[in-house]
Amino acid sequence: MTISTGQPGASGVSSPIGQNRSHIATGDEHPVTAPLSIHDMTVAYHRKPVLWDVDLDVPSGRLIGIIGPNGAGKTTLIKATLDLVPKASGRVLVFGKPYRKQRHLVGYVPQRESVDWDFPVNALDVVAMGRYGTIGWCRPVTKRHRTAAYEALDIVGMADYAKRQISQLSGGQQQRVFLARALAQDAQLYFMDEPFASVDVATEKAIVEVLRRLKDAGKTVLVVHHDLQTVSEYFDYLIFLNMRVVTHGPVGEVFTPENLKKTYGGRLTLLNEAAELFARQAR
Amino acid sequence: MLLAVLSILHGTQIAVASDQASGNPGRSIRPVNSIADSSIHWPSAEQFLRVLTLRDFNTRVVVLGVACLGLACGTIGTFLLLRKRSLTADALSHATLPGIAIAFIIMAKLGGDGKQLAGLLLGAFIFGGLGVGAILVIRHTTRLKDDAALGIVLSVFFGVGLSLLNLIQQMPLGHAAGLNRFIFGKAASMLPVDAWTILIAALVISLSCLVLFKELTLLCFDQGYARSQGWSVITLDMVLMVLVVGVTVIALQSVGLVLAVAMLIIPSAAARFWTEHLARMVIISAVIGMVGGYLGATISALVPRMPTGPVIVLVCSGAFIVSVACGPKRGVVARTVAQKRLGRRVAIQHLLRAVYECSEMAEKKVSSGNTVANVTAPLGELVKVRSWSINQLSRLIRSACRGKLLVSGNSGVALTDHGLREAERVVRNHRLWETYLIHYADIAPSHVDRDADEIEHILGHDMIVHLEQILSGKVKSDPMPPSPHHLSVAPTDVNGVTA
Repeated sequence: MTISTGQPGASGVSSPIGQNRSHIATGDEHPVTAPLSIHDMTVAYHRKPVLWDVDLDVPSGRLIGIIGPNGAGKTTLIKATLDLVPKASGRVLVFGKPYRKQRHLVGYVPQRESVDWDFPVNALDVVAMGRYGTIGWCRPVTKRHRTAAYEALDIVGMADYAKRQISQLSGGQQQRVFLARALAQDAQLYFMDEPFASVDVATEKAIVEVLRRLKDAGKTVLVVHHDLQTVSEYFDYLIFLNMRVVTHGPVGEVFTPENLKKTYGGRLTLLNEAAELFARQAR
Repeated sequence: MLLAVLSILHGTQIAVASDQASGNPGRSIRPVNSIADSSIHWPSAEQFLRVLTLRDFNTRVVVLGVACLGLACGTIGTFLLLRKRSLTADALSHATLPGIAIAFIIMAKLGGDGKQLAGLLLGAFIFGGLGVGAILVIRHTTRLKDDAALGIVLSVFFGVGLSLLNLIQQMPLGHAAGLNRFIFGKAASMLPVDAWTILIAALVISLSCLVLFKELTLLCFDQGYARSQGWSVITLDMVLMVLVVGVTVIALQSVGLVLAVAMLIIPSAAARFWTEHLARMVIISAVIGMVGGYLGATISALVPRMPTGPVIVLVCSGAFIVSVACGPKRGVVARTVAQKRLGRRVAIQHLLRAVYECSEMAEKKVSSGNTVANVTAPLGELVKVRSWSINQLSRLIRSACRGKLLVSGNSGVALTDHGLREAERVVRNHRLWETYLIHYADIAPSHVDRDADEIEHILGHDMIVHLEQILSGKVKSDPMPPSPHHLSVAPTDVNGVTA
């Protein structure tokens, strides 16, 4: 495992110290300034491992698709990275520093089903939540923040629905509200959990448009994605996941039948059985 | 606001003093003849008005205290409801009982009379917190689910509390009879100083709620996102629970621990029926709680031996029932009316389509340019189209005639200009959808009629444009596509249709 907590921050160029960092067994290199470095991360639910030993550096300024079959641990990868589920082991660095210190640089678009939409707030209120971190404890949401929220809604094409109660929005519109909330935060690194899941055509277009804009602004975006047909159209970098990182790289290089087969072609029987064993022991 | 309340109370103290000087009894509204007297003494109208308008100082303090308690309960209860933690509040209020008993024992042993309210409430507060802690421990260390954890904590703590109370009765610790009031609540037993404590604590809790409005909203709506933003969900949950324990503890005296949860949940649940806006929901909930507290305290002050808690709960439930029935969008009445209205609109659209298709079957030329009389159908034909009775049909026709969609004549009914346009729209939607089902969902032409029947009434403009786009090469859709299947009822009496 590399030690790089003392490295320069987000905008720094790869420092010379980076060349002689100490190593433990794995011995691989992590560029200090990567927007996201995951070190040897293993995640288990009730002691049943769902992600094994993820070791990953994410290049800057890319649209990154995370693909893999159901139960491959795509959502878990995001949640564990964001400290939303406990890690059995591993470390996450954001722009070279521990994630906990860099939260303001990270935007998150959760799955739409993760909240109860029958909640007494309107679309603008939800988007304004993206500013809460900037506003801080016990301070009210001021007009400046509401304007920023409104602009974010406008970017996703939802300005007309700002005052609409959120349960009155269609699924796609709700998804766009979530996206706008992350945009309102103005982060550098974005995680999106299945933003394209069962949305309408208008929403799909709006999301793709937003992704392009983010890329043009030099941001890094990781998107959990299901639809293999659109993969090469939407993303320029891919992470193949099936309980571990099968491979990752630019779309042109890694989006091959062999990699797809490796990722989707049947479960990894041994990993699975080992996980079951762990789980049974825990009971 | 607190200052205003203080000054009002201060000003009236003198008035009360002079009141009492002139021979009016202060607080004892009606003497109870004996302990064995079990009849209810209903207050006279004059007494009722007297208490209701807060003319006695002591009553005023107690009632205002309980009203402020209702305000605090309504405010914090809104977030509790939205956080879906209603039952946690119930468990923790029951968990306070052993705290009260133990505090009593300790204070009595230390040589007091064991009844200092502050001490009792401190015990209650500690045990309320312990109850929440026990729930969390069970949830995180065992594989038991939440409901089991709540059930266990509620019953075990309450059981321990009841046993301790029994024990106290048998101990030579002096007078313990007053402790029972914490179970069902008795506002009348409050001293002015208790009421002041409650009043101030309630206002503090309400204010903290307002200061943390943004954080609590985020916690209740999307805790995952909150956590990703660096908000400590555990801290926020603890703040919420501390506020809830606080409000529960000060509610013990007036509402009692068995029913404390009602004061937290019922006002906010009722408020949810009136608004889709969180700030407004908090205000409405606070007002309902306040009115509930006010009326509950007054009524129980008027009727001897009437516990305050149940009365407050009854008043709040009244508000809840009214809200469930009359809420503007979510209320039962509003929803039933909306459903009835939709049902009637659908029925009339069915009728229009039936008239239109009957005319079409009679090979009459139909288009918007034609005169009204041309698009007609005899009743005998219409009744065969759908499974409606003659009565239903004639009722529908009358209603459509009132809406200027149809005119009925001797030989049948005819569409007005307006009715024809509406009928064309409905028939067109229906047929476009049928065609779509046949081409894209592989449904047999003979089966699409009923499937399309439901959707034609709710297709929006966007959907129609979309349908037109995908069907553009498949079917002549302008102005009116032909029916993709045989229309079911063949016209038998062409003469019935006037030319």
